[in-house]
Amino acid sequence: MSMNNQGRPTGAGDPNRRQPIAPGTVTPEELATVSGDRGLDHEEALIFELDHGAVGVDLPDVKVGDDKLGGMRRNARIGLPGLSEPEVIRHYVRLSRKNYAIDSGLYPLGSCTMKHNPRLNEKMARLPGFGDLHPLAPASTTQGALELISQLMNWLTTLTGMPAVAMSPKAGAHGELCGLLAIRAAIAARGEDRKRILVPESAHGTNPATAAFAGFTVDEVPAKPNGHVDAEALKAKLGPDVAAIMLTNPNTCGLFEGEIIDIAKAVHDAGAYFYCDGANFNAIAGKVRPGDLGIDAMHINLHKTFSTPHGGGGPGAGPVVLSARLAAYAPIPLLVADGKGLKLIEDMAAAPDGARPFGRMCAFHGQMGMFSRALTYMLSHGRDGVRQASEDAVLSANYILASLKDVMSAPFGDGPCMHEALFDDSFLEGTGVTTLDFAKAMIDEGYHPMTMYFPLVVHGAMLIEPTESESKESLDRFIHVLHTLAEEAVAKKTARFAGAPHLAPRRRLDETAAARKPVLRWKPAPLQEAAE
Amino acid sequence: MRYLPLTTDDRRAMLARIGAPDVDALFRDVPKSALTSLSTFDLPDTQGELEVERHMSKLAARNTAAGAAPFFCGAGAYKHHVPSAVDHLIQRSEFLTSYTPYQPEIAQGTLQYLFEFQTQVALLTGMEVANASLYDGSTATAEAVLMAQRITKRGKAILSGGLHPHYAETVETVAGLFGTMQRTAVTPGSAEDIIALIDDETACVVVQSPDVFGLIRNLRPIADAAHARGALLIAVVTEIVSLGLLEPPGAQGADIVAAEGQSIGNGLNFGGPYVGLFATREKFLRQMPGRLCGETVDVEGRRGYVLTLSTREQHIRREKATSNICTNSGLCCLAFTIHLSLLGEEGLTRLARINHAKAVALAAKLAALPGVEVLPSAFFNEFTVKLPKPAAPIVEALAAKGVIAGVPVSRLLPRDASVQNLLILAATETNTDDDFDALVGALKGAI
Repeated sequence: MSMNNQGRPTGAGDPNRRQPIAPGTVTPEELATVSGDRGLDHEEALIFELDHGAVGVDLPDVKVGDDKLGGMRRNARIGLPGLSEPEVIRHYVRLSRKNYAIDSGLYPLGSCTMKHNPRLNEKMARLPGFGDLHPLAPASTTQGALELISQLMNWLTTLTGMPAVAMSPKAGAHGELCGLLAIRAAIAARGEDRKRILVPESAHGTNPATAAFAGFTVDEVPAKPNGHVDAEALKAKLGPDVAAIMLTNPNTCGLFEGEIIDIAKAVHDAGAYFYCDGANFNAIAGKVRPGDLGIDAMHINLHKTFSTPHGGGGPGAGPVVLSARLAAYAPIPLLVADGKGLKLIEDMAAAPDGARPFGRMCAFHGQMGMFSRALTYMLSHGRDGVRQASEDAVLSANYILASLKDVMSAPFGDGPCMHEALFDDSFLEGTGVTTLDFAKAMIDEGYHPMTMYFPLVVHGAMLIEPTESESKESLDRFIHVLHTLAEEAVAKKTARFAGAPHLAPRRRLDETAAARKPVLRWKPAPLQEAAE
Repeated sequence: MRYLPLTTDDRRAMLARIGAPDVDALFRDVPKSALTSLSTFDLPDTQGELEVERHMSKLAARNTAAGAAPFFCGAGAYKHHVPSAVDHLIQRSEFLTSYTPYQPEIAQGTLQYLFEFQTQVALLTGMEVANASLYDGSTATAEAVLMAQRITKRGKAILSGGLHPHYAETVETVAGLFGTMQRTAVTPGSAEDIIALIDDETACVVVQSPDVFGLIRNLRPIADAAHARGALLIAVVTEIVSLGLLEPPGAQGADIVAAEGQSIGNGLNFGGPYVGLFATREKFLRQMPGRLCGETVDVEGRRGYVLTLSTREQHIRREKATSNICTNSGLCCLAFTIHLSLLGEEGLTRLARINHAKAVALAAKLAALPGVEVLPSAFFNEFTVKLPKPAAPIVEALAAKGVIAGVPVSRLLPRDASVQNLLILAATETNTDDDFDALVGALKGAI
């Protein structure tokens, strides 16, 4: 057990940390509360069930007698519930307390990069000059916003060593689509017809989905037993109908594809393009420039690497850096400098000489609110901080790998990993404990589970990404918990696993029933029920 | 660096446990030629909060915030008042810093608000089901066209000339890969005859109401005509507050509604992030893109929520998924749902009435100016006027005088000479009589 500098025990296994079970402890039945709530854990009804005709805003009751609605005025009620402000606030505060969050604990979700979200970023994004700026306001009144985008573009192109960047994609998958559409346009401009895209089987699901979405067919490339893409198999699949490869680097096994330069050369020699899934750029930012690896297009998840918050699943932002071979095909809007300052080219036909935009990804100019957060993150870290963050992320993942591989099975554990440590379920073989059980037991220990069953190339995968945001004490405690859980599982002390979690706001939920008979919205109880 | 907890001693101890001499040993798979030094990057070093805040504030100060001037821009993004509680609540750590709710036992907060959000969107649009949001209105519209192509197994889409041009371009870029996208000509302020264009190859008709010029359209005859030919009607709404006062698209026969939800709960943010609303009929459920949250029970029989029907999605179906989308617009739909909960039935209805009344009053003042003509006969909070001179230079001239007069149509349709005198103006609850006077006075001088 280690002690921190306040002299408090920090080891998770220390009996002093546990609630003592006092003599005369009540039974679960006796613990059933009158209210149904349990201490700080409140049950919370749906907001529709809390409706009592109140209102949470004070707005004047303006009469519109002679309207100009062309006879299209709504007749029926909408059916929205009415609550006052304190009730609305309590509702959402109570809901919030049912969520795990990076601010409350280590969030080792591999591939998702749950790192610290600095609050300065939030403050800067809310400056009225950014947050309260209309996308179509006159250019003379938005020069600071355009300058911000320009500075962010400079950071992205400098960190990646790429000449151009398309800023409008709204998320990683949207960035993938942007990259593939640029590739499609470049191929069309060459008068060629290439329809096949090579995707390693370890790829994120978005890669094959995006390829299909952009009108390509998908051809899977196997992984080698050591977790790396099979470069020989990949090269053998290259041909005149191959448009591109989509490779994640570092890959989803947490490994750097060491043959990448060689692969890029073969791809280019075959007349194809190299799309890199930049989801794991956070392992190498400030250390390695993707442009030096022969990449033609790569999206950058600003919500991962540059910590614009995940927000419960979005919004993201996915700018795409482009090589000289693809830069001309970037979608509108384009940001250019003229004599008077910066301006946006919003019309395909007005593109400058040499530019041949493939189209438009979305209305307006992309995720400005994420741009301001990302630039704030970059300026705070600086190039040295970005580099240190990558190194610390890699160091922390390797520390976990080194500390757990004696009890948990690391399929590629003989060498260092990058920013995430991958384990498989072979250590659980014969124990009756599954990857799912193991992960759910972590919830009872106060942790969010790691990514499970991904990547698909290892059996029962558990992918742990600690990020650079954890202290050594935090990592040690996490390691201690996982080590102990693994020891117990291997020793077939499996009681805690089967039904886990026991201590969360909900036990395991019936996902099969949810999918079989979907209930996707609240509906008012039928009148006869209400009358009963 | 204030965000990095590891000390030099920690790093040394960790390397010792790993058995690596230094951190670069962990990067051993990286080709030597690709491992760079810090000086490779011509970028600044770490800065404190104060320095960063100074830098960002300087940039922000070079912009004119909507709230800092009489302001009339709309055309797909609208200035509304957002109650203080909204921004406070969405910044709670448990919402702001959580991930997609893949572990439902410890994500009931996110899942329950998504379930409530889906219900609100279905109610507002008059549809049976809604998803947990897409990126924004324009990408939601593109997804709707792709979905119609899947359902009807036809490629052609007819895009109304009243559809926001950015939306039309987004649709053409994505859905244009799988069929013909036919954009109709329109006279701003009137409805084109779109029904005559529907044929047996048509997958869908895409109609925005109120349209980009502000005109409220009657969707019912278009829906009937589309259905008679086996095509779907996709209704687009860019100003969601309008549904507080207008007949919802679901009641007019729409098969899919794609809408922008920014107006409720979300700031202008120079164009993003916003929140795409997507609703449809139950029979099309399994062709829907994006995340869905559903109700279920846990092993103790307690009600709870999970992400469901994920066999449509990329992480399960890979190249056979209904969409490649992975994220939704989580925090933006939280802002939407909180604001709408504060408004409730009465609040939203009142808000919509105020918006309409403001726009009617502004239109009357502008119509009284010599040479100014208000084009749409029916509108909600936004309309197009014809000026005696090109609109873009007038907007710039007024901006120099501190009035943000609206969006010149030429900004959206730069190649159409016939629209250069047209200006789109929106009036919302945020506009005062003083704003109207400032605009009318400045405009009088400029024309």
